[in-house]
Amino acid sequence: MEVEIRVQATAMDALAEIEPVFSGRSSVGGVVSFIGLMRDMNQGEEVIGMTLEHYPGMTEKALAAIVAEAGTRWELDAVRLIHRVGELRPQDPIVLVVVASAHRGEAFRACEFIIDYLKTRAPFWKREQTASGETRWVDARVSDDAAAAAWKEDA
Amino acid sequence: MIKVLYFASLRERLGCGEEIIQDDPATLAELRARLATRGADWGDVFGDGQRVLAAINQEMAVADQQLRSGDEVGFFPPVTGG
Repeated sequence: MEVEIRVQATAMDALAEIEPVFSGRSSVGGVVSFIGLMRDMNQGEEVIGMTLEHYPGMTEKALAAIVAEAGTRWELDAVRLIHRVGELRPQDPIVLVVVASAHRGEAFRACEFIIDYLKTRAPFWKREQTASGETRWVDARVSDDAAAAAWKEDA
Repeated sequence: MIKVLYFASLRERLGCGEEIIQDDPATLAELRARLATRGADWGDVFGDGQRVLAAINQEMAVADQQLRSGDEVGFFPPVTGG
């Protein structure tokens, strides 16, 4: 399994990052990607910007562990995982998960598993700026814990 | 000697991003208990019932995990990436 993981403060061209994951790999029969975008609304308030903080060093290890676990659960040809840090605006891609496999089922499941685990295990924290001038840390969601836990039952 | 790092809302609330603890605590629980005695915000953050996650040497840790001199401990709120 070919793996590329990046944590970057620079803008991400999500669409351009997908093609290299399958190009030249003739064993690949399906590619599934997930692009997480910054929304302009959260908890009923207009949000104009976001700052993503992380734990340098631990972040890379946590992402590598999540992708490695996906590789033990499903037969995958290649995975690319990119996560932004720093300042973001609405519409900016926050995270990109690309999974290439011989068959679609493996790629779909692995892609969802990676984003679900990332949401609860990778040390990133969002702070958002609202249109009213307030700055607040985003709270973790119980639904994210449930989504990650569901994969344990499947194991 | 233990290197302790604080992240996100924890760092802001405690007014501290990084410190060195000289007198080694034996476990993560002992370190938390010691930090909780510093008063005010520290007591709230590290007191019972608060959801503060911890990592030892950059891997998620459990409450009673052992510490060794030279370890790096990170404390942070539940994560919100993705």
